[in-house]
Amino acid sequence: MRITHIEGTALPMRGDDIDTDRIMPARYLRAVTFDGLERHLFEDERTGSAAGDKASAQHAFDNPRYAGASMLIVNRNFGCGSSREHAPQGLYRAGFRGVIGESFSEIFFGNSLIIGLPCVTAAHDDIRRLMERVEKQPDARIRIDLQAGTCEVEGFTCAIALPAHARDALVTGAWDTTGLLLDRYAEVDRVAARLPYVAGF
Amino acid sequence: MGHTLLQKVWDLHTVRTLPTGQTQLFIGLHLVHEVTSPQAFDALRARGWKVARPDRTFATVDHIIPTRERTRPFVDVLAEDMIAALERNCRDFGVRLAGLDDDRQGIVHVIGPELGLTQPGLTLACGDSHTSTHGAFGAVAFGVGTSQVRDVLASQCLALEPMKVRRIRVTGMLPSGVYAKDVILTIINRLGVGGGVGYAYEYAGDTIERMSMDERMTICNMSIEGGARVGYVNPDQTTFDYIKGRPFAPAGDAFDRARAWWTSMASDRDARYDDDVVIRAEELTPVVTWGVNPGQSVPVVGRVPSGQEPAVAEARAYMGFNGGEAIAGMRVDVAFVGSCTNSRLSDLREAARIVSGRRVAPHVKALVVPGSASVKRAAGCSMCLGMNPDKLEGSQVCASSSNRNFKGRQGSPTGRTLLMSPAMVAAAAIAGEVTDVRTMITQASGTRSLKPEA
Repeated sequence: MRITHIEGTALPMRGDDIDTDRIMPARYLRAVTFDGLERHLFEDERTGSAAGDKASAQHAFDNPRYAGASMLIVNRNFGCGSSREHAPQGLYRAGFRGVIGESFSEIFFGNSLIIGLPCVTAAHDDIRRLMERVEKQPDARIRIDLQAGTCEVEGFTCAIALPAHARDALVTGAWDTTGLLLDRYAEVDRVAARLPYVAGF
Repeated sequence: MGHTLLQKVWDLHTVRTLPTGQTQLFIGLHLVHEVTSPQAFDALRARGWKVARPDRTFATVDHIIPTRERTRPFVDVLAEDMIAALERNCRDFGVRLAGLDDDRQGIVHVIGPELGLTQPGLTLACGDSHTSTHGAFGAVAFGVGTSQVRDVLASQCLALEPMKVRRIRVTGMLPSGVYAKDVILTIINRLGVGGGVGYAYEYAGDTIERMSMDERMTICNMSIEGGARVGYVNPDQTTFDYIKGRPFAPAGDAFDRARAWWTSMASDRDARYDDDVVIRAEELTPVVTWGVNPGQSVPVVGRVPSGQEPAVAEARAYMGFNGGEAIAGMRVDVAFVGSCTNSRLSDLREAARIVSGRRVAPHVKALVVPGSASVKRAAGCSMCLGMNPDKLEGSQVCASSSNRNFKGRQGSPTGRTLLMSPAMVAAAAIAGEVTDVRTMITQASGTRSLKPEA
């Protein structure tokens, strides 16, 4: 599947260094499938949890104004910590089709890309404006054009960035890498054969 | 101009440049465990693929292993399902498994080195972010997610972006009571939890060179906490001495040939680095985290920051600490020595040395979970991530030798974690509060010895 643009309403999730333990608590990794993970996003800080119930403000994921959002707006170093793919899997299964933020942890970025969930970056001030805009007007539709490198929301446009390899993979539909890696397997054997620890010292 | 170990390993393992511009990199060793692999094996089944190189793949069980009751089937049906799935997958796909009753079983990042599977100059992948641990041997080791586990199972390759290299030189003698854990916590504090994104960290300098393999593993383990997916130490005699004689290590003449090759893979003296950082070991002190990410730490003689920045204020609120409060003297409820960061024999010995002749404070629940069966039975990840029954309760405070103080990390959504060295955990267990371990150690003729109990 080619992914050239993402369009929809957004959910602003404020905060730097949001780790994957927060996005998907470890107890939900106790399963042999990814089914149902969408029900547990940020569970330990939302309404009904000890921390959520004493929090001063409503959690963005509990806010009905953002229901149906297909884009997540985040700040710096989103998805740091554990390599659990369960975090982007949960987001994808909850209907998110893109994440726009100031920066991402490398493993989260790769885990998202490989399931067709683009993570694009924008400047600090642009993210601030996007968040403010969406908080004021949750039904505002955002359109991210991966090829043009732009993000548009009703009259406001800003530049977005995505590493060239990720953009190419998404727009050509080559983000699911296994097929690509198996494509010329003879070359893999050739590399293995020249490694002394594989061939035998 | 010379090359870094990372460049040499990368070039040697490159299969080709993919149409997307990424590098297709051959993975020399794939370590598999029960939590991040079942969906990957299912994907192979769905597409009719085999495991490409079972000979370069090795599995064990660790994340959900109960610490106390290990009789099968487990009382916990979810845990039982996961273990059973891994056993079935390994059987169906011909992958070697060090299962529950195998004397080689343990935390994947503890047993890879113990078995001699982890060697210099190889590329390594595992569905766990602390895979960087294996970099202590001069391997280039990547933590990956489940879809990438699938890629490696099916093709023995990963599609990756080239990385920059930051050399972190640690020089000078570490003071008594200051450990590898304090070095890496200091590095993360100085460079930031996102500071290493896009980089591999090369740990160098005479302090690192004098460190044992266990200490180097502690440092490399937490590279990811600094944002660096890969961390490594150049292989040297310490590395070779550790590997020699291990079950999967080359033996006899082959070992000598291997050593020559391993030596050639180390970074050249005139290698160029994208960034260079120096840390003075003499200036370091025991470090304790006060917040909710591993970069939020202070020396044990320090105080909880009183800044009003949102991240600082939010962390303080979660921890229930006041700005300006001394970190020493904070009451702890639980003391945990374990995890892939600090559960090796030397860690347990160091903690034992502090505890010897003393008693754990009555209100403290102390838990020591060795990293592997060869360290002791009942090995696993335990309270590092709260996937087995070892969890914090309510908003308990845990002095922990693990790697992450994230909100809810140790199994209770409001639980609080203070990261520190195993010796500092032992000191906290005895005192019942955060304590400067140096007050429990005296320096005698160059070796560390304990003060008699008062």
